[in-house]
Amino acid sequence: MTGVTAACAFGVVGVLILILGYIAMQGLSSISWQFLVETPKPVGEGGGIGNAIVGSLILLGLASLVGIPLGIAIGTYLSEMGDGWFGRIVRFIADSMIGIPSIVFGVFVYALVVVRQGYFSTLAGSLALALIMIPIVTRTTEEIVRLVPKAMREGALALGAPEWRVTWDIVLPAAKTGIATGAMLAVARVLGETAPLLFTAFGSRFYNIYLDEPMASMPVQIFNYAISPFEEWHAKAWAATLVLIFMILVINILVRFTTRNKY
Amino acid sequence: MNKISVSNLSFFYGQVQALHDITIDIPEHEVIAFIGPSGCGKSTFIRTLNRMNDTIANTRVEGQVLIDGKDINSPKTDVVALRRKVGMVFQKSNPFPKSIFDNVAYGIQINRLHENRADLNERVEKALNDAALWNEVKDRLSESAFGLSGGQQQRLCIARALAVQPEVILMDEPASALDPMATQKIEELVVELKQKYTIVIVTHNMQQAARVSDRTAFFMLGKLVEYNRTEKMFTNPDESLTEDYITGRFG
Repeated sequence: MTGVTAACAFGVVGVLILILGYIAMQGLSSISWQFLVETPKPVGEGGGIGNAIVGSLILLGLASLVGIPLGIAIGTYLSEMGDGWFGRIVRFIADSMIGIPSIVFGVFVYALVVVRQGYFSTLAGSLALALIMIPIVTRTTEEIVRLVPKAMREGALALGAPEWRVTWDIVLPAAKTGIATGAMLAVARVLGETAPLLFTAFGSRFYNIYLDEPMASMPVQIFNYAISPFEEWHAKAWAATLVLIFMILVINILVRFTTRNKY
Repeated sequence: MNKISVSNLSFFYGQVQALHDITIDIPEHEVIAFIGPSGCGKSTFIRTLNRMNDTIANTRVEGQVLIDGKDINSPKTDVVALRRKVGMVFQKSNPFPKSIFDNVAYGIQINRLHENRADLNERVEKALNDAALWNEVKDRLSESAFGLSGGQQQRLCIARALAVQPEVILMDEPASALDPMATQKIEELVVELKQKYTIVIVTHNMQQAARVSDRTAFFMLGKLVEYNRTEKMFTNPDESLTEDYITGRFG
């Protein structure tokens, strides 16, 4: 039994290493300082992904600003008082949203925001990403908050703490690490999303910080490089993929470090 | 003087009746032990005294519980104030994921009992002292409460309960998970604490009830079988059922 599970574990990790190794092999040679800071240029003239890195971080930042707190709030609600009919409906909606292909969120925001406004924008892109994040954060938060022992809540209640303070002071801090894991899952998921951004943030060849203008992003840039007929751009697509994975890794480490449980 | 006066108390979990028509008076500054077999309603009973059962869905209380002459189940009762006055120590120690200091300070802070930081420090020290824990933890107040031993954690929970200056302390088998040494410390503490507090303690351990309590109540199947002074209870009980239980003929 142990042998079988160990073999499975090695198999899975092996595939993962294979993928990472292949990406590194293909991409590493194209990575340079210029590649990391320059905007895309015509074939043969170099060019990079600087604007896409910044764009992705802005899109992700805005989406997280909305998606993570809202997801944590809804998840906490579901765990602490979501046993009634309303809670069941919210839970069902969240579950359904997790199953919806991400392109649908893109089209949804396209129809609702982009068409009405008449232009692609960073805000629309962030909204689409936030909608993808909310249900993921909601469900992981609910599961984790449920795991906080009842005894801990009762201990606080017995001291004369009102329910909301028990949740805020005791339950959420106790669930902090798990909630951060849920948020990380959502971050990693949307950082790699291409489809919803094609309809909303669209993409851009320039550095941009204006939220009402189209915005470049890593996945869209990778997509553009990868579907081109040029060998040089294919190499850039691999390199950008490697950078994207590295970004997720760095964010993950930072979150782990800052939400580490002190007690 | 009676601190707590319970009359005709019945308690229901949904359709199941867990307590049947309990009437009992608990005098101030005494230790009252509740004994009886598992599932007899002892824990349910003490949880009706600080309305901790409110947290369980589909429960219902009938009858009256007066603390200092006030009906605690009346709609006018402030549950938060009630729980401050009637503290509780649980069967398994349940420290918060905070430092030792913050565990004790938490109740003081949410109830705003302190005037300033120095006063808070003083109150925490006093509570830890009263729980006979200060000397063991004074050099590691900022460390995690989970680093303490089981017995120390339980005394920390007692300190936490004492810090909000309750008048009654409910203890639900506080020593059941502890070794004999730690148990002895808790028992000595209980006897010490009754100078200032009224203590209701649930225990499985008959010797413990005999050692620490002034009065003992024997519960069975949700009914109060006998309530008497502890010496009488353990030497010459009124009910033969009590005698059978105490002498170990069943249970």
